[in-house]
Amino acid sequence: MSMTDEPLYPIAVLIDELKNDDIQLRLNSIRRLSTIARALGEERTRKELIPFLSENNDDDDEVLLAMAEELGVFIPYVGGVEHAHVLLPPLETLSTVEETCVREKAVESLCRVGSQMKESDLVEHFIPLVKRLAAGEWFTARVSACGVFHIAYPSAPDTVKTELRSIYTQLCQDDMPMVRRAAATNLGKFAATIESAHLKTDVMSMFDDLTQDEQDSVRLLAVEGCAALGKLLEPQDCVAHILPVIVNFSQDKSWRVRYMVANQLYELCEAVGPEPTRTELVPAYVRLLRDNEAEVRIAAAGKVTKFCRILNPELAIQHILPCVKELSTDSSQHVRSALASVIMGMAPVLGKDATFEHLLPIFLSLLKDEFPDVRLNIISKLDQVNQVIGIDLLSQSLLPAIVELAEDRHWRVRLAIIEYIPLLASQLGVGFFDDKLGALCMQWLQDKVHSIREAAANNVKRLAEEFGPEWAMQHIVPQVLEMINNPHYLYRMTILRAVSLLAPVMGSEITCSKLLPVVMTAAKDRVPNIKFNVAKVLQSLIPIVDQSVVEKTIRPGLVELSEDPDVDVRFFANQALQSIDNVMMSS
Amino acid sequence: MNGDDDDEVVAASAVDTSLPLEWRFSQVFGERSAGEEVQEVDVISAIEFDHSGDHLATGDRGGRVVLFERSPVTNSSGGDRRDVEETDYPPLRHPEFRYKTEFQSHDPEFDYLKSLEIEEKINKIRWCQTANGALFLLSTNDKTIKYWKVQDKKIKKICQVNSDPPGNASSSSITTACLGNGGGVPEAISSLRLPVVTSHESSPVARCRRVYSHAHDYHINSISNNSDGETFISADDLRINLWNLEISNQSFNIVDVKPEKMEDLSEVITAAEFHPTHCNMLAYSSSKGSIRLLDLRQSALCDSHSKLFEEPEAAGPKSFFTEIIASVSDIKFAREGRYLLSRDYMTLKLWDINMDSGPVSTFQVHEYLKPKLCDLYENDSIFDKFECCISGNGLRAATGSYSNLFRVFGVSPGSTETATLEATRNPMRRHVPVPSKPSRLGGIARVVGRGTESPAVDGSSSNALDYKTKLLHLAWHPSENSIACAAGNSLYMYYA
Repeated sequence: MSMTDEPLYPIAVLIDELKNDDIQLRLNSIRRLSTIARALGEERTRKELIPFLSENNDDDDEVLLAMAEELGVFIPYVGGVEHAHVLLPPLETLSTVEETCVREKAVESLCRVGSQMKESDLVEHFIPLVKRLAAGEWFTARVSACGVFHIAYPSAPDTVKTELRSIYTQLCQDDMPMVRRAAATNLGKFAATIESAHLKTDVMSMFDDLTQDEQDSVRLLAVEGCAALGKLLEPQDCVAHILPVIVNFSQDKSWRVRYMVANQLYELCEAVGPEPTRTELVPAYVRLLRDNEAEVRIAAAGKVTKFCRILNPELAIQHILPCVKELSTDSSQHVRSALASVIMGMAPVLGKDATFEHLLPIFLSLLKDEFPDVRLNIISKLDQVNQVIGIDLLSQSLLPAIVELAEDRHWRVRLAIIEYIPLLASQLGVGFFDDKLGALCMQWLQDKVHSIREAAANNVKRLAEEFGPEWAMQHIVPQVLEMINNPHYLYRMTILRAVSLLAPVMGSEITCSKLLPVVMTAAKDRVPNIKFNVAKVLQSLIPIVDQSVVEKTIRPGLVELSEDPDVDVRFFANQALQSIDNVMMSS
Repeated sequence: MNGDDDDEVVAASAVDTSLPLEWRFSQVFGERSAGEEVQEVDVISAIEFDHSGDHLATGDRGGRVVLFERSPVTNSSGGDRRDVEETDYPPLRHPEFRYKTEFQSHDPEFDYLKSLEIEEKINKIRWCQTANGALFLLSTNDKTIKYWKVQDKKIKKICQVNSDPPGNASSSSITTACLGNGGGVPEAISSLRLPVVTSHESSPVARCRRVYSHAHDYHINSISNNSDGETFISADDLRINLWNLEISNQSFNIVDVKPEKMEDLSEVITAAEFHPTHCNMLAYSSSKGSIRLLDLRQSALCDSHSKLFEEPEAAGPKSFFTEIIASVSDIKFAREGRYLLSRDYMTLKLWDINMDSGPVSTFQVHEYLKPKLCDLYENDSIFDKFECCISGNGLRAATGSYSNLFRVFGVSPGSTETATLEATRNPMRRHVPVPSKPSRLGGIARVVGRGTESPAVDGSSSNALDYKTKLLHLAWHPSENSIACAAGNSLYMYYA
């Protein structure tokens, strides 16, 4: 790596700024550590830069975080994999600082470096590091230790493996809950590297320790381990060891633990196989769906579709569906909302008949829910139902609800509906747009909320795209243009916006005959904001209409506007005129 | 922290149970000279020992937090520079503290949305888990909680730079460095040098790590750490929020006693504390004199309590003040978490969390004030919020009163110990121990005043009882018989 082409002065500055008083400069230098390393060369990087970094580790967290990140990809700069171990000392110190995000990044980098190291180097350098961290005086080191076992373990000699397992067992029983939490979080990763012979003994006993921990926060992380461990074990072992634990957890005193179970349960179904699922997990899940605590029901309701996909439809209809019905009228709006966000997915699982018989009434009641989020969640997944029950049924039963929502009090709901109108239109066809919905689209253009008007203008364009200029000429354009006479300038502006969006879709002819005259009239508006928007719209029309129209109508209009008393109007008019000239020049 | 210490404490406490303690003055910080005016901003508003007892923090009305650390044990008493030291007694190994550092935790603020001034006064300080030799603590004013890290930082000097300081831009940096390398023209790259850092001494530096704000509509009265080491609660008049120490932009509301209409408001939260070992339990007290124990496992919103501790309805005549003086001003769990100490205006109560029929014992703090409630109401003193504290071994409790007095009660069964101390250099000046029957619960809750008919106390009260000099804040060392208490701007420490 020859450095002669690198200008030295900037590097000298970078190096000096490693210790500048200004944190931004230090941060900058750390971010460019690789540049410094290349300048120094591999040998000096190993002998000077890395030790320097190891010593200067009491910097601000931002700097340490950056350092931890850089060191994770530093192997090329210290001379490749055989020298990778020199990176371990600084990362080791970083993995003991008290700021969690720095520690986590350092552990991530340790893993990254460790996973590239040669086996002999791992034994010589990495494993002692793991042991040191695990025996650290402060909990911070021991927390980090939990995250690196899975790198160290596979290459360890057998005796050391036994030692590592027993160290991890110790960590699972540490005095500090933080360490036990870290042990619980990383157990799955570590277990994946452990030989199956030890899985059932050592790992299961660690797992048992964690599942019986007195701290909620530890137990609920152990739940996460259930699914991960379950996948590693043979089905019969899983049934014997994990299943009782999870069933127990599903009735834990702490709602937070039950909440975690509700979130994880479906993952375990595959691990234990169909029969135990039916006899054990389904009843457990049903209990969670009917839990006293709303938070648990929220989690359970959110997984209803995933769970049903694993079961056969019969079981789902028999056991899960009654609960779903109850949940759709749950006292907590958040439960209903969680249900609404996934329930549409049940339609393909249950099939057409069951959907029509059981699900549709639930959809309808959720669509009429008093809480806007619930309604929104249903609407945003309508297409999934469409595939199952077909358009006719859907339009019959859902249209009235949608119309109702289109006039919802909450503008976010209206917005969501507007955004779905083109999708619905494409799925439902022209016939869908009866007078009521057409009128709604127009009504939105005069909504009180700007975002709605903006969306409505866009909607008009997308409808025109969907159904073609002819349909638009008949059903949209006249109504839209009529509104240009609205006494409020903000509404008139919306129409200008709609015109500029419609013009490209409608084509040159209709633009010239219908849209342009309206815009030209608007150029005489008394409100300057309208006038400079006219200038902008005219500019956007230039590429659409013929050259002759530009010269005959648009240019004179713009010239007039360019002499307007208002400075903004003049500005945009001149800008538009300039773009006419540019078009002329290029053509 | 220190194994030897603990052994001694255990040994000492075995003796303690039978003998009343003899309290002695240990130290004072910020003592006022005669006639010196107390500056409002200097008045101490919070005191807290850390878990090891090696550190003590005070907060004041000026938004400052002052940290003290335990002096290394020295046999001769002349080693450390202290404000004052009592040398009449043989050198006992009682904790002695020295000033460590101080920092400005909170500044006055203005809430523009509500047109409210936010005082900088520190309402509470709580110590967090120590890590890597750095101290961590939470401090709060009425609205904002802050998480502080205090660490000894080395004062660094950096030498050997590559480039010149900005003032001397004319000469090339590289050449200077080359010269440093011994004249010649060595290869340019080898001339690059890493800065050399030399450190001389270290000094404690406080850095604010996180700010937890905008979660309280009312004034924060308590903060409390959870034993899980990752969460804490903050309580205001109507709500209690649960935070994760690492996350400052969201908290969970776990208790909300705000009625639908504010006209219906009859009770506010006055204090809240986590159980010392069970991470799922917390207690909060109310202005109506009740204490509720919550189990966080039961539900996410803890509107329903799992246990309610209330004084059984007193048979005696009710006065206008009955409800006001029932308001609990502070609660503290004893170390193991079985007992709970509470303070209301007139009494200190000890509760067993396994017994919700009434307090285990009630101690009258200043019964001689009973006839004076009307005056105390007139001058608002009746709303003073006295704190209470309990010794690490759970045998004694202390709480403050007026005229800079505080009282220590033996709370273990059968103990009749009571002491009245004055926060001065001579704490026993007014104290005459009066053995009187303690009020124990024999099936029926009886409240019998203890030490109340004490002529000494009555005597002192008939002197000029000074409502202005009240001793609101005090803290008991976690493992030794040592009390730190605040009298105005001065921090007095006593040991036994």
